[in-house]
Amino acid sequence: MYSALWQILPGPRWAKILQAVAIVIVVLSVSVEWIFPWAAETFIQPVTTVDQ
Amino acid sequence: MATRVTELASTFPSSAVRFITRSGKAIASGVRKTPGLTVRSVKRLPAAFSDGRRAVVASARNFSAKTVDRIIGVVGEVLMTAGVFVLLFLGWHVWYNDVVSGIAQNNAGSELSDKWDNVPLSVPEFDRHPGDSAGARLEPEPPITASPALNTRFATLIVPRFGETFERAISHGIDPKKVLNVRNSGLGHYPQSNELGEIGNFAIAGHRTTYGAPLGNIDQLRVGDRLYIETEAGWYVYRYRNLEYVWPKEVAVIKPVPQSNAAGADRLLTLTSCHPKLSSAERVIAYSVFETFVPRDRGAPAEVAAMKAAG
Repeated sequence: MYSALWQILPGPRWAKILQAVAIVIVVLSVSVEWIFPWAAETFIQPVTTVDQ
Repeated sequence: MATRVTELASTFPSSAVRFITRSGKAIASGVRKTPGLTVRSVKRLPAAFSDGRRAVVASARNFSAKTVDRIIGVVGEVLMTAGVFVLLFLGWHVWYNDVVSGIAQNNAGSELSDKWDNVPLSVPEFDRHPGDSAGARLEPEPPITASPALNTRFATLIVPRFGETFERAISHGIDPKKVLNVRNSGLGHYPQSNELGEIGNFAIAGHRTTYGAPLGNIDQLRVGDRLYIETEAGWYVYRYRNLEYVWPKEVAVIKPVPQSNAAGADRLLTLTSCHPKLSSAERVIAYSVFETFVPRDRGAPAEVAAMKAAG
């Protein structure tokens, strides 16, 4: 999967590295800002009150 | 690039071709005997055979076996990626979101109190007299702050023991998604408990870990520590009294007299949170007793003034 993605990236090796780093940053940013909060709200419900 | 064996047959007569792997192991001699083989990395080795036969070095595999290998490889990579994301999520949940939410909640509390800071800070009378009696003389009958609409911020909790920047907003209600888990609040007032300033029990809930952990250090309180609740009218000053551990269903801790049906006579502040950390198995309850009320026009209590100056 990752080797296929690597081959899809255009340009020389250094350009591929830059693109890969950019993709990782974008994926992490999207995860932190939207996916993780959604997952926490959906799957984790820490209860801290005495009436639940 | 893979080359089908059938294509090789037209180039090399079957009697003159041997297929060997890169390690030198012969896997086939004669194309017709090995239908379905896929040959990769074809390379002539003229010197490999002295009898004049032409040879090709090839890594050949059964087509269906290669497909299965690829599927297993992709599934493995997907699972490893999922595992990495689960670890990242846990790190985000337990650490990153906790820190970011804590900072945001402190900022939200400061912003709320900044709206009310319209008089110069000074040291009020009760700070010059150690002990409870001086404070009690100052303003024994505090005003009652009526709770606003649900999920609305209306006060801040200031606890010097929790750090010199600790000032978290208190909202009315304990809805996790609208109060306890959000970054501009974090502390919620139990609607079924008493109003602030009223005789009885003003009870607050907050996380002990994650989501800013506003009550993360609840077990660090020491008898006599002051806790301040700031509203537009001024500061309600409480002194910490004791800690209690209860089961999650022990709603009696937020009654006017905790664990009792008696009518309230004191003004209590009750903080509830989880115990142990990272678990909801029990609840930890911190009780404080009302000491005095400092009207805003008399200036902030010394501890609060020092925290605001430092912040």
